[in-house]
Amino acid sequence: MRWSYRAPGVLAGVLAGVLLCLLGMPPLRAWLEAGMATHMLVQMPLLVAAGVLMALALPASLTRRIADYNARGLPLTLLAGFASTYWMLPRALDAALAEPWMELAKFAGLPLLIGLPLALSWRPLGLIGRGFVLANAISMTAVAGWLYIAAPSRICNGYLVDEQAFTGWLLVAVAGVLAIAWAAPAFVYRGATPVGQHGIT
Amino acid sequence: MSRSIAAGLLVLAVGVGLLWFGTDGFSAFTSEAARRHAVSEQPRVLPDAVLEDQDGRLFRLRDHAGKLVAVEFVYTRCRTVCSALGAGFRQIGDSLPPAALGRDFVRISVSFDPANDTPAALKAYAQRFGADGTGWRVARVNSETDLKRLLDAFGITVIADGMGGFEHNAAIHLLDRSGRLALIADHDRPLAFAAQVRTRL
Repeated sequence: MRWSYRAPGVLAGVLAGVLLCLLGMPPLRAWLEAGMATHMLVQMPLLVAAGVLMALALPASLTRRIADYNARGLPLTLLAGFASTYWMLPRALDAALAEPWMELAKFAGLPLLIGLPLALSWRPLGLIGRGFVLANAISMTAVAGWLYIAAPSRICNGYLVDEQAFTGWLLVAVAGVLAIAWAAPAFVYRGATPVGQHGIT
Repeated sequence: MSRSIAAGLLVLAVGVGLLWFGTDGFSAFTSEAARRHAVSEQPRVLPDAVLEDQDGRLFRLRDHAGKLVAVEFVYTRCRTVCSALGAGFRQIGDSLPPAALGRDFVRISVSFDPANDTPAALKAYAQRFGADGTGWRVARVNSETDLKRLLDAFGITVIADGMGGFEHNAAIHLLDRSGRLALIADHDRPLAFAAQVRTRL
């Protein structure tokens, strides 16, 4: 098999590597994990983003072979769904703080099992599939946030109860911003639709 | 297409399996629930730490082998949860046959803050809640390594709250007659714990 590399792909791969190395460096890792909010809302999304970059770096021939096993993007979206459900468990977050091998599993799992498969599925998913994924992600973020706000005791042993509530509010805010950003274009007038384009005039 | 269906089914099986094992059969979503579940399935052997009680006496947990031992973790400057823990321990003693106290059932409040909890501080805490030193001992662990090993074995996470105090997962622990950690119960339901003890006396 011959793999042809394109400059944007190589750049994405390098960026993914740099991002992972930076996030893995002990001082930055410790700093981001010292707070529940930075752990959940900065470090973990960036690890997922590294996976997205990896997908862009894959040679086209490999992407095509993966696509044979990923009709309509469904199998790999399902994979990302399971992996993100697992990493939303409070005990998974605690375990990543307490156990080095769970930390390693997080650093490998978020890019490889969420970011990468989701990016590979994004186009084949189509408009409805993407909408389904986005709607789920936004609503789960809001629900998780609400749970953190409403929980009377600590859900994570590794973080303070005040910080848990703060993280909860941030999660709700992120869900709100994402929902607005997603819906906003529908309310923006972007000039008249050319006649006939939508079949409606 | 058939390859994608196979891939999807594989993801489904592995994903459900991952969540099943990751939550102990969809029952434990937090690390606190996980530790309670693990102990109830398999009583846990504890490390042999040296403790010092409110009267300056050195002892080990295994010195109480043959008796049922209730253990909770506190720091005496704490005015919130640890006060509830102290009051709960007192209630447990009050609701059990007086003849059993010290003879068949011993309570130990273990401080995880040996720097501040001198024997005098432990004594003050003991007097505040009525711990007599035989049926109820208030103790600290002097060796830092012993303390860490003990907290790890019990599954207690202690984090500084940024105001000179600590937050920790609070619970009442029961050691069986061979000194193994056999039960972890809610700290705010001391009478339910006392009922459990009564069935084992």
